Amino acid sequence: MGSLLSVLDLKKYYEVRRSVFSVAKETIKAVDGVSLELEAGRTLGVVGESGSGKSTLARCVLLLERPDAGEVFFDGVNLLTAGREEMNRLRRQMQIIFQDPYSSLNPRMKIADIIAEPLKFHNITKGRANVSAKVGEILRSVGLDEDSLGKYPHEMSGGQRQRVAIGRALATEPALIIADEPVSSLDVSIQAQIVNLFLDIREKSNISMVFVSHDLNIVRFLSDRILVLYRGKVVETGGRDEVFLNPLHPYTRMLIKASKGEFALRQEAPSDGEWEGCSYYENCEDKEGHCRGQVPELTGGNDHKVACFLNK
Amino acid sequence: MTNTNNKILLEVTGLYTSFFTGEEIIPAVNDVTFTVKAGEVFGLVGESGSGKTVTAHSIMRLVHPPGRIVSGRIVFEGTDLLTLSDKQMEEVRGNRIGMVFQEPMTALNPVLRIGEQIGEAIEIHGTRDRGEVKKRTLELLRQVGFDEPERRYIQYPHQLSGGQRQRVLMAMAISCDPSLIIADEPTTALDVATESQILGLIRGLVDTLGMSMIFITHDLTIMKSMGQAVGLMYAGRMVERNRVEDFFKEPLHPYGRGLLESIFGFSSDTKRLKAIPGSVPKLSELPSGCKFHPRCPYVMDVCRGEEPAMKEVRKDQWVRCYLY
Repeated sequence: MGSLLSVLDLKKYYEVRRSVFSVAKETIKAVDGVSLELEAGRTLGVVGESGSGKSTLARCVLLLERPDAGEVFFDGVNLLTAGREEMNRLRRQMQIIFQDPYSSLNPRMKIADIIAEPLKFHNITKGRANVSAKVGEILRSVGLDEDSLGKYPHEMSGGQRQRVAIGRALATEPALIIADEPVSSLDVSIQAQIVNLFLDIREKSNISMVFVSHDLNIVRFLSDRILVLYRGKVVETGGRDEVFLNPLHPYTRMLIKASKGEFALRQEAPSDGEWEGCSYYENCEDKEGHCRGQVPELTGGNDHKVACFLNK
Repeated sequence: MTNTNNKILLEVTGLYTSFFTGEEIIPAVNDVTFTVKAGEVFGLVGESGSGKTVTAHSIMRLVHPPGRIVSGRIVFEGTDLLTLSDKQMEEVRGNRIGMVFQEPMTALNPVLRIGEQIGEAIEIHGTRDRGEVKKRTLELLRQVGFDEPERRYIQYPHQLSGGQRQRVLMAMAISCDPSLIIADEPTTALDVATESQILGLIRGLVDTLGMSMIFITHDLTIMKSMGQAVGLMYAGRMVERNRVEDFFKEPLHPYGRGLLESIFGFSSDTKRLKAIPGSVPKLSELPSGCKFHPRCPYVMDVCRGEEPAMKEVRKDQWVRCYLY
């Protein structure tokens, strides 16, 4: 049905100096024409490595950073033209969870206050008794007990802190949660607990999620649809099973192999000088001559799209 | 793989390394025993704080105060490294045992050209003839997969990508033909495509040069295609030593089983990942008995009492658990 979130041709470029001392500037295309759709109640997994633009995309969608071009529609409203008041109302509906719960939680606030803050800010719950009842309810829903209420973030483990961050995000009963690498700073044995918590949340509510991660195994468990980013561009997107069982882009295939512990045991890709074409050209195992000439477009049906000349 | 025989290159026995902070003693490495055979890659795996890096630093005798090796034996090529003088140990380090670290940028000198840095490593332990050094440097650059060694020779570290810098570190580590290389999370800072290439390079070098390697990682999936043997660490202990194949097929320790299930095991009945409950204990507040017992699905009374010892279940398969 209708999309809760639509992103159209989003772009975010950064100008950086080539080195500390140089005047010459270079443009980094962190997000380079990304479009996506998310239906209510669904989860989109955004897969990409460091530098693929996935965090910039997450921040631009929530307007934590202003995109250079493109449009973001949330619940039918264009966020880039929305007024301040409307934006504040919508903010309540959109929450973000960051990778490192230690730096995203105020170290001087007790857990009870951290969770109560959004309740008060958005006027969701009124009266001290009601707020504290609601806080207790939220804590239980993320698997923490009452002991945590009076603690400070540093008194908790990484997994518990991430539970607090998730609880805080859920407090406003948002329609959309964007989670940016929410488990990658946690110990391996804790990651699965948090993944399961996300599964619980999704089961109990009709919440939509954008789950950003470099870890394919985790994205696979959580997502209905997958979007694979490479150097700021979507190289493949489609239903979870279509992408995992029938990956069309050589980059997606490589990621899936690596997630199973199968490595392409090969030498450094020889440098091919400058080229204009496909951004994956240099690392691609299946490349052909024309791949360095022009940029492949994202093509295919609604269920499965790929940007690769070899899939025509 | 081609050079694997049963000759033992390194034998670590009953290693204890602790940190003495004044208020408390933190037992970072506690009764760790393992062997590395000639030509084999031994994976030292565990979560952060499990003691894998401190174990490696103990082998290199690079544990600095307030840390101290309390007891144990580290027999390398027939000599107990703990009995050597500092000067003798310097000879071993870099010469017989090479090291590769996680962050290639901080391990390289930013103001020295690549060629000079590799040359320096050669000069410290080998020839000082300038022509010879340059020839050997170029040869090493080629060995670690650079197509144009002359171009790399005059470049500075910041001109290289993360993967290329890691290749330079590999070149330095193998420059004196060591028999053992210790690689501490060498690919953790790299993206997947580059990681894949560096792992391929490492595997190739180990095979062609006939070296042994201790490969430290928190990423179990890497070990699947990297090594022959694996040592799993938890809370400063080695809880399982196994052949890689057997470990991935049927891990012995409940912790190993839990880890593999939480990565690869998805239960279709519950539609959930099989998570290990609880959290990793702090080294200063360890539970009694088996350190994993509060999180273990198979816990028995005996597990809370005395800590189990390492036991050989089958040949080359050791586990620290009362289930066996």
